[in-house]
Amino acid sequence: MDPADRPPLLRFDSVSVTVASGAALLVDVDAQVDAGSITVLAGPSGAGKSTLLRLGDRLEVPTSGRVLLEGVDIVELDPRELRRTVGMVFQRPVLFPGTVADNLGVAQPQATSEAMAAVLDSVGLRGDFLDRTGDDLSGGEAQRVCIARALLTEPKVLLMDEPTSSLDPASRSAVEELVRGLADHGLGIAWVTHDHSQAIRLADQVVVLRNGHKLSRPDAESYLMFGEDGGER
Amino acid sequence: MTSTHIGWLGLAGSFVLILVAIVLSLWQRLHLTRSIAWASVRAAAQLMAVGWALRLILDPDASVMWAWVWVAVMVVFAGATLRRRAPEVPGMWWLGTMSMAAVIVVSLSVIFGFGVFPVEGRTIVPLAGMMIGNSMTSCVLVGRRIVAEFSEKREEIEARLALGQSWSDAARPYTRSALRTALVPQIETTKAVGLVFLPGAMTGLVLAGVDALDAVTIQLALMYLVFGSVATSVTVIGLGLTRQLFTADHRLRRLERSR
Repeated sequence: MDPADRPPLLRFDSVSVTVASGAALLVDVDAQVDAGSITVLAGPSGAGKSTLLRLGDRLEVPTSGRVLLEGVDIVELDPRELRRTVGMVFQRPVLFPGTVADNLGVAQPQATSEAMAAVLDSVGLRGDFLDRTGDDLSGGEAQRVCIARALLTEPKVLLMDEPTSSLDPASRSAVEELVRGLADHGLGIAWVTHDHSQAIRLADQVVVLRNGHKLSRPDAESYLMFGEDGGER
Repeated sequence: MTSTHIGWLGLAGSFVLILVAIVLSLWQRLHLTRSIAWASVRAAAQLMAVGWALRLILDPDASVMWAWVWVAVMVVFAGATLRRRAPEVPGMWWLGTMSMAAVIVVSLSVIFGFGVFPVEGRTIVPLAGMMIGNSMTSCVLVGRRIVAEFSEKREEIEARLALGQSWSDAARPYTRSALRTALVPQIETTKAVGLVFLPGAMTGLVLAGVDALDAVTIQLALMYLVFGSVATSVTVIGLGLTRQLFTADHRLRRLERSR
């Protein structure tokens, strides 16, 4: 198949999410994540960015619309297999009790120490981190361990929910650089942020959400240029 | 054996201690006078009613079937009581009823299967009551603990799910922790028995004039029975509730506490 004819890695096809109270969190949103590129989901708090991201990993399900992984509706896939193909990194680095090796073992119980050291190396951490516990790590290091943990399942797509929001500027730059490198190696990345400058810095393509709606291109550009006041609907 | 009948006069005499509690409440201005009086009168009315009904069921000529009907009613009421005591636990009525039914089946099968006690109305009803009564607190504890644990650790559990773990693998550390929390008090109580306090059944038997060693063997059998009952009920509630908190496609449901 010609690469141009290939379906996107992950596609959100007119997805809506309405909660029991009747509030609409997402309304008819289209978006896609391609191999080797970073799709930034931008917008103010409460816009529905994280909800959209969670649909990609089936931690939430849409009220209407579909999510497709390489052209296949994800409801037809085993959620466990889906989640190993579509990895997720959360806003706050969530480490499980135990050492870094224990954490990596949750993702890949058969992983050898060499494989674990190699994946740590790919996120810029030394192999001796394997014996450290979460308490011994800085916020940036903990988030890198979370990324390494997600990479151990060998995903094709990585969903990242404001992964640098709790990090200092130096750690933020390092994580951004790391993720750019992962995209350059062919991984499809969806990155949620409410930081305009970060969105402009990272994005190969941008989807801007406000109140659950996807903004039109001019409104999205205006939002990215001028922030909250730009592109008012 | 010396038979111990306290009679109505004896009962009235013991009521003096309730008056002591009321006086203490008045003295310390605890505003519990009404509650104490109401609790003691209500307990008397309930026990009298139970005693009257038990007399009918325990009559040697009565069918043992009535004892089983009594147990079935106790199981359903236990489920309703658990729901009232832990309203934040979703599906507690159903889970509670199922766990108590499991307790009755497992424990009475062992007790009657090994011939520890004979299958009679006078053994079925008190043994079932003792098992259910002793399991209640632990059931409430494990239900509440799981709801709290799954609310507080939602991010961790979802992070495990996001790595491709099944709902059961993702939940296991948290369910295990809640089960341990619910069982530890029972283990501690069992360890302290005889040293710190004399258990109720044994005290009752000794007061009724039974030989102390005979009372001890009966008490030990009951204690093991209670221990098994608590472990069974806590496990049924713990695993049942955990399953209920996940969808078929391995998503963690929203809990009231986490909103």
